Amino acid sequence: MSIPVAPEMEIVATAQAAALGEYLGMTRDKIDEVKLALVEACINAFEHAHCRDEQLHLTFRLGQEPKGREWLEVEVLDKGKGFDKAAVEEPSIEKSFASHRKRGWGLQIIKSLMDEVQITSGGWGTRILMRKYK
Amino acid sequence: MSESCKVSSERRGDVAILWTDGYINNQGGEEIAREAYVHLEQGARGLVLNLEKTRIVNSIGISILIEVLEKVMDRKGALAFCGLTPTIDKTFRIMGLAQYAEIYPTQEEAIRGVDAKTA
Repeated sequence: MSIPVAPEMEIVATAQAAALGEYLGMTRDKIDEVKLALVEACINAFEHAHCRDEQLHLTFRLGQEPKGREWLEVEVLDKGKGFDKAAVEEPSIEKSFASHRKRGWGLQIIKSLMDEVQITSGGWGTRILMRKYK
Repeated sequence: MSESCKVSSERRGDVAILWTDGYINNQGGEEIAREAYVHLEQGARGLVLNLEKTRIVNSIGISILIEVLEKVMDRKGALAFCGLTPTIDKTFRIMGLAQYAEIYPTQEEAIRGVDAKTA
């Protein structure tokens, strides 16, 4: 699915993730973690990517490992300007207190809530691939 | 479509209790801040944020909560949270917010905790 870069569109995306998580039989808490990670991936792109097509492209996949563990995967792709992962500063609450700018937590939250996260970025845009096991 | 957060509040002695209902994003965070600052201006020394009707707080909303926390700390007051979902609880701990604002399971415990800190 694609969603426009517009206020609260991230909530539209979370409805899809919740439906798939429920289909998989995930607990409500795990579904909430996927939803928040997805919200963060979307708002990061809304705020920083400057998407050329004014859209975010989302792909949801369900799968199973050979040993049987089931997972829900969410891919968030933007056709924006990309970013340098190495230049992203690690956030901390103490830095937030000391600074006028208190933002920059999105990637940290995503990595903490999901089981696997892959981020690739370049002049073509940014792709965040996030997986949560059941 | 709107998931806008509604905020209501009540003053009990030196403590103001704020209840949220809905998604806390930038608008929700600003609504909380507005309500909190009114109570601080009116002399409240402690704030309890009851989030039992909120399932998602995004990082923009949290950054505004950090501003509220800073303002409370500047006034030597105390802020506490209660009614958090496990995901919000986990997120607040990841961010280190829980080092500066206590998290309690129930509203009454939060009020007692804030009262004790500001007495």
